[in-house]
Amino acid sequence: MSVLVLAESPKGKFKKAAYEAVHYGHKAAQSLGGECVALVIGACDDPGALGTYGASKVIHVADYAGGIDALVYASIIGQVAGQVGAKAVVVNHSSTGKSIAGRVGVKMDAGVVSQVNSVPVAEDGGITVTKPVFSGKAFAKCKIAGDKCVLSLMGNALPIEEVGSPCAVEAGSVDIPANSVTVKETKTVDGEVPLPEAELVVSAGRGMKGPENWGIIDELAKTIGATTACSRPVADTGWRPHHEHVGQTGVAIRPNLYIAAGISGAIQHLAGVNSSKCIVVINKDPEAPFFKAADYGVCADLFDVVPRLTEAFKKMKDA
Amino acid sequence: MKLLVCITKTPETTAKIAFTDGDSKFDESGVQFIMNPYDEWYALVRALELKEQHGGTVTAINVGPAANDVIIRKALAIGADDAVRIDTEALSSSQVAANIAAHAKDKGYDVIFTGKESIDYNGSEVGGMVAEHLGLPYVSYASHMDHDGSKATVSRDIEGGVEVVDVAGSFVLSASKGLAEQRIPNMRGIMMAKRKPLNVEAAAVSDSKVSVVSYTLPAAKGGVKMIDPENMDELVRLLHEEAKVI
Repeated sequence: MSVLVLAESPKGKFKKAAYEAVHYGHKAAQSLGGECVALVIGACDDPGALGTYGASKVIHVADYAGGIDALVYASIIGQVAGQVGAKAVVVNHSSTGKSIAGRVGVKMDAGVVSQVNSVPVAEDGGITVTKPVFSGKAFAKCKIAGDKCVLSLMGNALPIEEVGSPCAVEAGSVDIPANSVTVKETKTVDGEVPLPEAELVVSAGRGMKGPENWGIIDELAKTIGATTACSRPVADTGWRPHHEHVGQTGVAIRPNLYIAAGISGAIQHLAGVNSSKCIVVINKDPEAPFFKAADYGVCADLFDVVPRLTEAFKKMKDA
Repeated sequence: MKLLVCITKTPETTAKIAFTDGDSKFDESGVQFIMNPYDEWYALVRALELKEQHGGTVTAINVGPAANDVIIRKALAIGADDAVRIDTEALSSSQVAANIAAHAKDKGYDVIFTGKESIDYNGSEVGGMVAEHLGLPYVSYASHMDHDGSKATVSRDIEGGVEVVDVAGSFVLSASKGLAEQRIPNMRGIMMAKRKPLNVEAAAVSDSKVSVVSYTLPAAKGGVKMIDPENMDELVRLLHEEAKVI
């Protein structure tokens, strides 16, 4: 028995998500019994580094360069799971992991639970694990019948710890099926942490009055190294790009700090951000519903408050 | 083109989330149910656009009891040609996907659409499962698709950007925001929907691998601490020392 973890290595490098998945796999292996084996598909600078976070070995399928193709990935994971006797497979709850989890579940005839935020436990003839439901408005304890499971791990759910040292890397021996899709192009914003992974987020809404006023938000975000986001009306009117829209029908985020300026806090917006550890709301309307969901509130004109807050952060950084 | 759109029923977005039976069941009392927005606004409408461009048929499929007919009729009112309801309680994504795949097998659908996730369980699992059952490519989180009748170019939402992929032949696609513009059914559509076929089929699979044992609500917030707008140094201090988030 073992727990097999897919460690994503976009552009050949691990990000925090890969270490989170491996460390979660390590804890899952401790709970369910067995060892944590990490799988890396495609180019990777330093696969052995995963040992530091709890992998006992890494299997590297290096000779694949076909991009993210759910059919190919599921085939490789299924073969390696068979080779190492894995009954549990862990992926990140990312665009890649979410595309693969269901396929792997069918392939292995295993129960799938996505966006898990707790370590799985074997009990009552099955495996139990928790996940958020209703867009973060509640949590569900799920029971998987049998002893095989595929889990996608929610980002920022559990702290990462260093528990070991770099481990052995084995070359994977698998049949790689022909690609079912051709990846033509990957266009990502460089130099900014993507919203689903961001620990600090600064967001603004209709209170900004127009896209030309966003300089103060960008300045605040730059000062603390945060990613920028926006509310739905702002994305819908084209003031900001769609990929910045956080909320129930946009991106769901769970940063350590979420600063919202000029957003009233409609229930659909809260659904996407209420897993944030700390929420600061800046709004001149004392009746704005967002204050009820906030940890800290500032009731004043954001055009006064935001620049002042930026200055205060600068002062702290210089101190 | 032969197009299949998987639709599911969810509580509407402002529904009060509460539980009954010792927190083991979602409390449906007073809750309005709707077609999952990703299924309705993006998956279904893009399928209708493809039909308008290339000809063919759009079939809506739902796994669920007769109470779901109301959302299925809405899909017909928006423009689907016919619909299938697999007559069983939807127990888990694995059971739903297995039933959809059992229906779709050998039917020769060119594209099978799902929404990117349901807004209740947020699983994002059914599309990939259907694709695996049928041995088809799966293109997830599509925010744009061009289809020439035999092959497609799709932009997928990924972390911090998009990925552009080509796919030929039949495939499964999950729809994100941006794939299409929401359509409101008109009176003619609503009238016509009553006469369109809604075929009820028996479930092929009843085995569910995952069930919910219990639900909990998040711990209540301790209440907002209001900060003097003139004193942002105090807010920064609290974020640093009290909340310890920066």
